[in-house]
Amino acid sequence: MPLELLESPDLDASKREGLWTLNFGPQHPATHTTLRLVLQLDGEMVMDAEPDIGFLHSGFEKLGEVLDFNQYVTIVDRMNYISPLANEIAWHHAVEKLLDIELTPRCKYIRTIFAELMRIHDHLLCVGTCVLDLGGATAFMYAFNERETIYEICERASGQRFHTSYTRVGGLLYDVTDDWVEMVKDFVQNFPKVYRDFSGLVMKNRIFVERTRDVGVLSREEAIAGGATGPVARASGVARDLRRDEPYLAYDDFDFDVCASQGGDCYARFQVRMMEMLESIKIIQQAIDKLPKGPIFPAGSGKEGMPDKREVYRSIEGLIHHFESIMPNRQMAAPKDSVYAATESPNGELGYYIVGNGTFRAYRARTRPPSVLHFALFSKLIRGCMLSDVVAVLGSINIIAAELDR
Amino acid sequence: MSSADLLKCLQAFKAVGFDQLTDLTAVDLLEYGGVSDRFEVVYCLLNVETGLRLIAKTYLNEPDLTIPSATPVWFGADWLEREVYDMYGIVFSGHPNFKRLLLPDEFQSFPLRKDYPVKGRGERHNFPVITRAES
Repeated sequence: MPLELLESPDLDASKREGLWTLNFGPQHPATHTTLRLVLQLDGEMVMDAEPDIGFLHSGFEKLGEVLDFNQYVTIVDRMNYISPLANEIAWHHAVEKLLDIELTPRCKYIRTIFAELMRIHDHLLCVGTCVLDLGGATAFMYAFNERETIYEICERASGQRFHTSYTRVGGLLYDVTDDWVEMVKDFVQNFPKVYRDFSGLVMKNRIFVERTRDVGVLSREEAIAGGATGPVARASGVARDLRRDEPYLAYDDFDFDVCASQGGDCYARFQVRMMEMLESIKIIQQAIDKLPKGPIFPAGSGKEGMPDKREVYRSIEGLIHHFESIMPNRQMAAPKDSVYAATESPNGELGYYIVGNGTFRAYRARTRPPSVLHFALFSKLIRGCMLSDVVAVLGSINIIAAELDR
Repeated sequence: MSSADLLKCLQAFKAVGFDQLTDLTAVDLLEYGGVSDRFEVVYCLLNVETGLRLIAKTYLNEPDLTIPSATPVWFGADWLEREVYDMYGIVFSGHPNFKRLLLPDEFQSFPLRKDYPVKGRGERHNFPVITRAES
């Protein structure tokens, strides 16, 4: 008797019998961090998958209600640690909307440059490590080499390579120097060449293409109803980008394209990420050429701005100013209001819902992490695929467990 | 607002074009001051075509912390509602797979409630201390 193949991957009780369960993770090189998948397999075909998360839950949102708006920035950059500065920018973007602070042009430009550097940073890791998981180690090295350059740019500006804690309410920790500008210019000049090599190694690699094309397909309707945003949604034909649709920072001043694809599969998601890197370079190029001069905190800012460190250490007025913005009983007060503000982080819409209650700390600091909604779609994406596709799908939606669990 | 009305209301939002539930969260208003309700459930909706956003809020009070699930309207509400239950103990009726999302299943408390301490000895009560003799 010929073997009977299961045509459709629907799961009723009668078909469940022959299935076996495989625990994928929590410790597995391809999960990158700690997340667990309970897979129901029929031979090598994945019939159902249940993600189990929470291994990295550390109560970040509870801490957000205890720490003040400037202190909490050290926690948010640990959420999506692949692009820490993007989180800081998103957090302070929401805080500034609550406090109704208008940034100075220089601050806006510096933040925009960093936001785009973080997008490249994140996409390089996402594509690079997924290729590594699928068996190609070379492209990964090219990606990490470029990431190193971005680390150095972060270090020059903030003193920290990784968890920079660089933004402050209404401004930045330090102003950037001229040699930082030169570093960014060098990066912009060198990146396209590396990108060509990297892109050739990945996107034209036959093994990579065959392992990602038509795998984990997400339709446009599912992407919208499931709450997918960012590259995942754009790869499914939802041409929505907050940088263009709800311009924040200095994005209005720049000319760039929104990258989208109709494919909806893993390959399309990588394609969108690769294209976005070039658009980011375009934005950084325009921003660094037009970088305005001037202060990084709004003129005449009192308690909502931080004084320059040199002033704090060398003048009594600076020290008083510093004291007024730092001491918990002297700080400015947030209005008794709630606000939702979102930015286009590399992974998708990163929003913060903040409730203010008349103090300088949030009464409620809700993070809307893109990873949660993307990972919730995972069981839909993987149903009917092979076991080896799990790695490709997981890589293509770029799950960051620290952001998932907070 | 009654449960049936809330579901009808959410369906009406979807019918006028709010096809994405961007975020669903809750706020414990216990220490907020100037309000009489205990919990606020917040729906952040988005019309993907026009980019219009809408924030809808509903209020809940103990002892009845049950509201209808939004999963029949937007299936993306699935994990968001489980997280709200995990953190606040608000029950979403009609949810297809209702259990805790982040915390262990045997966890008893709801940590984002304002009456849950930020520090103290109580929060590890679910994890029994195993001595060397018992192991």
